[in-house]
Amino acid sequence: MDPINWSSVFFWLFSTVACVFAVGVVLSNNIVRMAFYLILSLGATAGLFFLAGADFVGAMQLMIYVGGTLVLLIFGVMLTAKGPFITMKTSAGEWLLAAVVGGSLLAVLIAAATSVGAWQQPHERPNTAQVTATPLGMALLGARVDKLEESDATQRRGMSGYLLPFEIVSVHLLVVLIGSAYLARPKRRVSGPSETPAPTVSAPDR
Amino acid sequence: MAEYLRQYLTPEWLAYVVAALVHAFLLVNLLAVSALVFIWLERKVSGRIQDRLGPTRIGGKFGWLQTLADAIKLVTKEDLMPADADRMLFLLAPYAGFVASYLGFLALPFADGWVAVRLNVAVFFIAAVLGLEVFGVILAGYGSGSKWSLFGAMREAAQVVSYEVPLGMCIVIPVLIAGTMDLVTIGQMQEGWFTQWFVLHDPFTFIAFWVYFTCATASVNRAPFDLAEAESELVAGFHTEYSGFRWSVFFLSEYGSMFAVSGLAAILFFGGWNGPLPVTHWLGLADSTNPFLHYLGNFLGMLNFVAKCIFGVTFMMWVRWTLPRLRIDQVMTTCLKYCTPISAAMFLGAILWTYFIPGGLIVPNNDGVVREGQMIVGSYPPADEAAQSDADAPPASVARAGVEGN
Repeated sequence: MDPINWSSVFFWLFSTVACVFAVGVVLSNNIVRMAFYLILSLGATAGLFFLAGADFVGAMQLMIYVGGTLVLLIFGVMLTAKGPFITMKTSAGEWLLAAVVGGSLLAVLIAAATSVGAWQQPHERPNTAQVTATPLGMALLGARVDKLEESDATQRRGMSGYLLPFEIVSVHLLVVLIGSAYLARPKRRVSGPSETPAPTVSAPDR
Repeated sequence: MAEYLRQYLTPEWLAYVVAALVHAFLLVNLLAVSALVFIWLERKVSGRIQDRLGPTRIGGKFGWLQTLADAIKLVTKEDLMPADADRMLFLLAPYAGFVASYLGFLALPFADGWVAVRLNVAVFFIAAVLGLEVFGVILAGYGSGSKWSLFGAMREAAQVVSYEVPLGMCIVIPVLIAGTMDLVTIGQMQEGWFTQWFVLHDPFTFIAFWVYFTCATASVNRAPFDLAEAESELVAGFHTEYSGFRWSVFFLSEYGSMFAVSGLAAILFFGGWNGPLPVTHWLGLADSTNPFLHYLGNFLGMLNFVAKCIFGVTFMMWVRWTLPRLRIDQVMTTCLKYCTPISAAMFLGAILWTYFIPGGLIVPNNDGVVREGQMIVGSYPPADEAAQSDADAPPASVARAGVEGN
């Protein structure tokens, strides 16, 4: 009996879970169940990343996408809830549009994936500890330490890193934060003091 | 372990399955047994604080079998479900919370190298996974189809999402000092006397630990932050509609995540498996090449670690039975107006401290050994790699120039 290739087993397991629940998201009518399926699907994708040795990306997937879906779920319920259980009906036109967009994207991805020759055969990677997080962090600070390991001298050049994009994104996020704080701020009455003082009227669950 | 079992089990795949099951079994039992002990401890501690005895009868002198009796009672209870409930979500919610709480233990080392999966980003992984525990609460609150449950779940969601900000900032501070997110390496860095512990590294980490503990208490939904189950207002909050075994799974995951955040605090701030005095080093156990002595050293380390975790959990109990529950606006004020700015200031302070006083003020902080997977700004590549690639361009100075140029 051949030894089982556990990487393949887990690859099929995670990818099946991801695909099945992705279909579940599309077919379900209940928003909260959709979010639940989406979280399972994204969690299985995180499992695929861990399987590929990309620990940092996997943890990122858990933190940002799975955790983000959680927030989406909360606001989906809070902002749209009229009855106890929310259902969404999808019209035929939306189905058609979604099928065209999704189907063409799938076709492009499959064509791209099968056209790369190096991906045709399974590769056995040496089982070494993958250090992924620290070079990424250093690159965001502007030092491309991963380039030091390149054998070619021309490829070692260009140590600029990703400091500028990092700073741009940071400033962008700061702008968003200030904007949301401004929007969420309680409105002050400008009229005279005879009116009742406006207490904080923001939503208590904020 | 899988390699060891392969010699004995005939179908080779069975060895891997057995090895995986043994690991999972150990971790699940750790959670279950610790919850068993902690629930008993909670009763005793609350009894002590409220000037009564707590359980005394079941199982002899200290009532130490009380939890087992409770468990048997819970398992034999009828499993009720409200007619309005969303059946699937209601049934799955307790387990969703438990899985998140359990996943955190996969990357938590109990002694030097005693970890189920050694991740390069273990700190980040645990922080991400513990943030998912709220998911079970939200699903339970929503799936129950009860207004009390939904209120509790929404409060919990708002609270946990807010408290993740200062919590993450406090976790980053020891990571910054250590230069790695590998929990095993972080633990190894704090070897020696208790002065090596990161909580005593500088005044900023000391304050950061208290902020971390406050936020961790809030993120595992413990009093005084247990608004999700505020029984004076919401009956029992998110688990109002649950009974029997599913209800006890919620408790299992609550105590499991208390243990997990205490363990994370023990490793990040309190030296992990290193005791206050380097006893295992004096006895020559930790560095021993003899596998049995090394195992013994690690075992003592694990006892250290578990003792620190139990201390952390007991501290949470003490806080629970001492402080009154906060209102939701007070909870938000504590997070956004106090914890977040304090943790940001501590973060900045820790950066400046390590930059200007890298060697420590009174006792030397860093022994200068660069460990596996560790990278301190300006010292890349680690010493062994530098030795290998010294024929190339001088990389350390390049990296340093690249960092300081910004």
